[in-house]
Amino acid sequence: MLITLLVEFDLLNPGSQSKETSKTCRVSRVVGAFKNEAPQSRTFVRGMQTVTLIPGDGIGPEISSAVMKIFEAAKAPIQWEERNVTAIKGPGGRWMIPPDAKESMDRNKIGLKGPLKTPIAAGHPSMNLLLRKTFDLYANVRPCVSIEGYKTPYTDVNLVTIRENTEGEYSGIEHVIVDGVVQSIKLITEQASQRIAEYAFEYARNNQRASVTAVHKANIMRMSDGLFLRKCREAAEKHRDVKFTEMYLDTVCLNMVQDPTQFDVLVMPNLYGDILSDLCAGLIGGLGVTPSGNIGANGVAIFESVHGTAPDIAGKDMANPTALLLSAVMMLRHMGLHNYAKNIEKACFDTIRDKKVLTKDLGGESKCSDFTEAICQRVRDMD
Amino acid sequence: MVVKMAAALRGSLVTLFKGLGGPRWQQLASRPLSVSAGLCSPESPPARADAIFKVTMLPGDGVGPELMTAVKDVFKAGDVPVEFEEFHLSEVQNMASEDKLEQVLTSMKTNKVAIKGKIHTPMEFKGELASYEMRLRRKLDLFANVVHVNSLPGYNTRHNNLDLVIIREQTEGEYSSLEHESVTGVIECLKIITREKSRRIAKFAFDYATKKGRSKVTAVHKANIMKLGDGLFLQSCAEVAQLYPKIKYENIIIDNCCMQLVQNPYQFDVLVMPNLYGNIIDNLAAGLVGGAGVVPGESYSAEYAVFETGARHPFAQAVGRNIANPTAMLLSAANMLRHLNLEYHSHMVSDAVKRVIKQGKVRTRDLGGYCTTGDFVHAVVENLRHRPVH
Repeated sequence: MLITLLVEFDLLNPGSQSKETSKTCRVSRVVGAFKNEAPQSRTFVRGMQTVTLIPGDGIGPEISSAVMKIFEAAKAPIQWEERNVTAIKGPGGRWMIPPDAKESMDRNKIGLKGPLKTPIAAGHPSMNLLLRKTFDLYANVRPCVSIEGYKTPYTDVNLVTIRENTEGEYSGIEHVIVDGVVQSIKLITEQASQRIAEYAFEYARNNQRASVTAVHKANIMRMSDGLFLRKCREAAEKHRDVKFTEMYLDTVCLNMVQDPTQFDVLVMPNLYGDILSDLCAGLIGGLGVTPSGNIGANGVAIFESVHGTAPDIAGKDMANPTALLLSAVMMLRHMGLHNYAKNIEKACFDTIRDKKVLTKDLGGESKCSDFTEAICQRVRDMD
Repeated sequence: MVVKMAAALRGSLVTLFKGLGGPRWQQLASRPLSVSAGLCSPESPPARADAIFKVTMLPGDGVGPELMTAVKDVFKAGDVPVEFEEFHLSEVQNMASEDKLEQVLTSMKTNKVAIKGKIHTPMEFKGELASYEMRLRRKLDLFANVVHVNSLPGYNTRHNNLDLVIIREQTEGEYSSLEHESVTGVIECLKIITREKSRRIAKFAFDYATKKGRSKVTAVHKANIMKLGDGLFLQSCAEVAQLYPKIKYENIIIDNCCMQLVQNPYQFDVLVMPNLYGNIIDNLAAGLVGGAGVVPGESYSAEYAVFETGARHPFAQAVGRNIANPTAMLLSAANMLRHLNLEYHSHMVSDAVKRVIKQGKVRTRDLGGYCTTGDFVHAVVENLRHRPVH
């Protein structure tokens, strides 16, 4: 607590740049963000950290500007570098993201991203997939915490799903063997399993989480899920301070809808993670209020809202910026800026709990800009 | 005539008459009785069948044997004309062998109907990829698993008055037991989807919907990622759907389906899906109405019917503690009686179970009560002869 305060004081103090760099790094290590990394070569302009912002399509620009406004009101030491991404064809006919976006991400390491539309049958892979491949975003982290005031049948949900994001059922290897018989290959590798298992335990430890549950189906897929499970067990051996349990996917689903409070951190292969993370988002009210973060190799991390682009309400000032805002809060935590994170998060939750100014999907009548302003007001009042 | 009928309804539920030529007449005797059951005085004797039905019983592992005891006790008390042929097939207790499996298959060939607990699959990989549970399923070609998720009146959960049917293909897909290590540290696991089996399950689902008077079938898939595999499944469903213009057809992506199920499960009617998704949704939906202990399920092939619990778990931690909830298995047994055309007995058992739940006095631990399995079975037996007074 004291360290955080000190650092944040330093961050606002232009004079102490060298001291501040070292301290930020230290704090960041405590948070586990830059584990095993060489000291970061980030640009600090008067304590500011630069983050690449990808506003996205549809409602993306509106909710991104809402987040920017709230960050400004909170005086968060973040400076945005806006980049647009579209799939472009690189040399050799490979699809890639624009070089200036890649450069910006490589430099800043941290990104915040709004929803991107995936045109059907456009010839290029989805942008999300492209970003995932470009930056080797191997872990998808989604904390699901019940939001007070936004009523769902479930209360006190507080869990995190960590999903392996690069292989498994989404390897994309499929063939038609003979007409009418298709074989899809699920790929599980030792390396990727180990990496995700290690990350799950790191995350649990750094976020004061008590247990990690490996979700698998090793009774049916004995070799592939067996390998994943073995790697989780090995990681558990190395992190004995975190409790480790393993559970079948079906048992998790059965128990999840009956009593989600028994779960803490869940780690799993790709498809199971896809399903469970959306299921958990459903428990707390859907994708409109669920933050998400993607952790990649070389310290890259992209935080995003996982909902759609909602083209029907785009530009009408009706969108709900909560998911992107909470993702941005997750980003602040990842960067070690806990105080800002706490304030913004509190302001957001308080606004929702108050029920006076809410967007339509949350059950209110207000506009996106009013909702944003209400949060800004609360953030300012905290000073 | 029997053969013709079976041929006409190939792929649908009613194939049990094959081989049951003898007791067929008795349904005529029991039908009117069940219809007039409400008018009978409480003392009136139950329909007394002259034929005894033989049913194969596989208690399985975990609490399976305890649940079977519950079924046997209730059947005995209700004078149900069913006789069980018991086979203990268990991998964890070293009671599984090729011989045993053959015996079960032989028994199934004559009986056509079975009641079954979960045969637990040990997780440790010992060279054999397919478990006995899977092999039994494949040998009998039990391609369709049907779980009718129905809220129990009197037991409140977060979502009440649920009524949806989950139909799962369970012979191919991820459960093909085809895995290999291509290089050290890299494992490939094959998921197989075929047009033939996809169409078969789709047809089964639409037949089921037609028969039970349901209005909508939703195919669950992940064709946006597995474009060929799940794409084929989805295409097969869409093709079959065209043959059933009266039933509405929709499709939904598996992750969205799970999210919708916990937010608004009422939008679904009949769901049809490949193997693994079925496993997920069966359990999820069972959880919505009270857990693995309350939802019955059944598996069908063109010839056989196997009755089991909807969410199949051995529940090994409850063995011998007398705490398992026999509701699911008893309801499943009641469904089995209906399948055998013992309508009267079927109603007797299911009504008794539902009445006990509704009264709420005797509840097992999973439903928030303090009663044992034995207490619950006793309460069901007490309620067997109950008749509503009109």
